[in-house]
Amino acid sequence: MIEFKGVHKWFKKLHVLNNIDLFVKKGEVVVVCGPSGSGKSTLIRTVNSLEPISEGILSVDGVNVSDSKTNINKLRTEVGFVFQQFNLYPHLNVLDNITLAPRKVKGIAKKEAEKFAMELLAKVGMENKKSSHPSQLSGGQQQRVAIARGLAMQPKIMLFDEPTSALDPEMIGEVLKVMKDLASGDITMMVVTHEMGFAREVADRVIFIDQGIIVEEASPEEFFNHPKSDRAQKFLKQVLTPMQSE
Amino acid sequence: MESIFDFSVISDNFLQLLIGRYPHGPLGGLALTLILAFISVILSIFGGLILGLLCISRNKFISLPIIAIVNIVRAMPLLMVIFWMFFILPSITGGKIPENTTVICALSIFTSCYISQIVIAGIASIPRGQTEASISTGLTYWQSMRYIILPQGLRNMIPSFVNQFVSLIKDTSLGYIVGVSEITQVAMQINNRTQIHSAEIFIFLAFIYFIICFIFTSLSRWLEKSLSWKKVI
Repeated sequence: MIEFKGVHKWFKKLHVLNNIDLFVKKGEVVVVCGPSGSGKSTLIRTVNSLEPISEGILSVDGVNVSDSKTNINKLRTEVGFVFQQFNLYPHLNVLDNITLAPRKVKGIAKKEAEKFAMELLAKVGMENKKSSHPSQLSGGQQQRVAIARGLAMQPKIMLFDEPTSALDPEMIGEVLKVMKDLASGDITMMVVTHEMGFAREVADRVIFIDQGIIVEEASPEEFFNHPKSDRAQKFLKQVLTPMQSE
Repeated sequence: MESIFDFSVISDNFLQLLIGRYPHGPLGGLALTLILAFISVILSIFGGLILGLLCISRNKFISLPIIAIVNIVRAMPLLMVIFWMFFILPSITGGKIPENTTVICALSIFTSCYISQIVIAGIASIPRGQTEASISTGLTYWQSMRYIILPQGLRNMIPSFVNQFVSLIKDTSLGYIVGVSEITQVAMQINNRTQIHSAEIFIFLAFIYFIICFIFTSLSRWLEKSLSWKKVI
């Protein structure tokens, strides 16, 4: 579904992605983790070309993303993206936030789009907030609406860029639950997160990335119980027992 | 004691101040001032939006020439732009251009250039995440601009727009220089004829400009409030 072949990415002189080779199967849930500044956000942002790659080949659903002839807008309709900061549209209510793209991009009629939006809102437990504006919602509620907005285009792939990092602790659970439900379906997911509990429970595979290099790639059991590299061991020690480290 | 001011000169010439010599001659006075201002405001909104969007175009062959023109016009006095239009427009079109058209063109072009800068700043004030979120759902650059960025940005731009349009309303008085019979011109004519009532005439003129601008700013304040989506928290 998603294939990186020798992908490099530079921000000026900074080498953010260094020779990435990665294959994500259809329906697979891949969790990407690593220390901050490791390039994990950049990695998933390249998938829908929010960050163009500098070198190599990246194909998504059989389409070459870096090819200038590729219709990126069309590709993006197949890839949902959930941001750390939610990025809901503050001037539109919840329902309009979700139906905007289906109506304007796919040309779906308002009524039909709203009917599907209500199904999605029910899925994320937000059907009673359809007329609210984003500013009236809590962070967790906003993120659940943002997930519904991503799903409204019926994408084949969903990308999550630290979806719970901007949330208050008591709201993380509700968002992770929605993502867990989603993962049990047949959608392909790539998730950048620090929620190791989520990774352990939901991921099919964990990718550990440091300084732009994929250091480790393993099943959750293997990664959490027997990390091979020093860097992954050190990272896990820090995130799993933050109070005792150092 | 007799008042030092004698405002009878205003009431005697009130109709002329309002509509000029109409219906026996061309429309003038306050009516013409309002028409000039209204048409120029409308044209500058669209002109400013278009220029602003072209300035931030990713195509350098479009953006660079437009940025150059905008900056040249902004560096000129408005009076000079009016002279330009007065002398250049006829030589381009080959025919005589009515003075009203000259002034509307000059005011619209001049104000559009200033509005374009407000548009650029307004667009820049919207967080990058809004663009990223909208293009991530497959919206094109222009769709994202139209449905997400501009609706939010325009609301932020309203106060600056109003400033610019208040200037524009007052600047219609410069039409006097090319013989447009807007209210300042009419006031000058009455002053030349009556000779002794200059103070009354120009106090009244100031009062008229104040009223127009006051009504305009009040309207925009109301507009700004009614467009607010943050009022419900």
